[in-house]
Amino acid sequence: MSVDNKDWPLWEVFIRSKAGLSHKHVGSIHAADYEMALENARDVYTRRSEGVSIWVVESTHIHANSPSEKDPFFDPANDKIYRHPTFYDIPDEVGHI
Amino acid sequence: MTKQEALYKYSLRLGDSTLILGHRLSEWCGHGPKLEQDIALINIALDLLGQARSYLSYAAEVEGKGRTEDDLAYHRVERNFHNLLLTERPNDNWGNTIMRSFFFDVFHYYFLSELTKSKDEQLAAIAAKSLKEVTYHVKHNSDWVIRLGDGTEKSHKIMQDAIDELWDYTGEMFDMDEVDETLIKEGIAPDLAPIKDKWLQKVKDVFREATLEMPEVQEWHHTGGKMKGIHSEHMGYILSEMQYLPRVHPDATW
Repeated sequence: MSVDNKDWPLWEVFIRSKAGLSHKHVGSIHAADYEMALENARDVYTRRSEGVSIWVVESTHIHANSPSEKDPFFDPANDKIYRHPTFYDIPDEVGHI
Repeated sequence: MTKQEALYKYSLRLGDSTLILGHRLSEWCGHGPKLEQDIALINIALDLLGQARSYLSYAAEVEGKGRTEDDLAYHRVERNFHNLLLTERPNDNWGNTIMRSFFFDVFHYYFLSELTKSKDEQLAAIAAKSLKEVTYHVKHNSDWVIRLGDGTEKSHKIMQDAIDELWDYTGEMFDMDEVDETLIKEGIAPDLAPIKDKWLQKVKDVFREATLEMPEVQEWHHTGGKMKGIHSEHMGYILSEMQYLPRVHPDATW
C-alpha cells in the first residue's frame, strides 16, 4: 500500500434515535480520527433530528461472517421449530407480543 | 438618531453579515474536499441563512415600509449592504475559509450570549435560537484550526498565511457608532468592548493549542462595510450571483 495515501479511513455509524432504543447502523463516513468521525456523522446523519446518541467504529474493526459460509452458519436453525414459542396458547388478554 | 432608526440599521447589519457569510460558505457546495466536510459547511451556511432571514424580516418590520426579507436580501444594491468586510473575503482555500469562519464564530458566540439579554424581545429570541447553532460552529471550526495549525508543515503554513491575510479585517467586528450607542442606552445592544476581550482570549487559547502565532493587536483595521456600505471589490460578484434569480425572474416561486 502506498504511504502517501491521503484517503481517510472508513467508519461505521450507529445512531440511537431516542432514549430506550438501541443504536442502529445507519451508514458509513470517512474521517481522520474518532473526533472528526463523530462530527462528520453528526453532520451527515442527524440533520433532521434523527438521533440522541452516536457511535462510530472504524470499519476495519468490524468482522463479518463470510457469505460462502451462509449455509453451515444459518441452515441448522431452520428445522428446529421448537425454538420458536409457537406451541403455547396465549390468553387473549395478553394481546400482541 | 431615533431608537427605531437604530434598531433598523442594527438588525440590517446583523442580517447582512450572516447572509453574506452564509452565501460564501454555500459556494463550497459540491466543492468540499470530502463529502462529509462539504455537508458540514453547508449545514453551517444554512444555519447562517436562517439567522439572516430572522434579522432581515425583523429589520423590514421595524422599518415599516412594507418591504420583506426578500426585498432586503435581493433588491438592495451594494452600497446599501452593511455586512462586515470579513464576511465577504473570498473562500480561497479550505484553510482560509476555516479561519474566516473561526474569527467570526468566536465573535458571534460571545456577541449572541450577550444579545440574549437584550430588552428587545425579538432580538433576544433570535439570539437564543442562534446561540445553539453557533456553539457548534465554534467547536467545528476551532477543531479544524487546531487540527491544521498543529498538523503538517504545509497545513501549518496555510493556516498562518490565512491569519496574516484576515487579521486586519477582524477589528471591524468591534467598532461601534451612533447605532450601537443609541441601543446600548436602551439596553437593547451589548457593549462590544468586553466582547473584544473575550474574543482575543479565546483566539489566543486556540492559537496556542494550534501552535499558530498570534498577530499583534493594532488600532488600525479595515472598515467600511458595517457602517458606510463601502465594500471590497468582491462584493459586486457576490451580489450578482446571489441576486440573479429574483432579479431576472421577479415573481419566481418554488
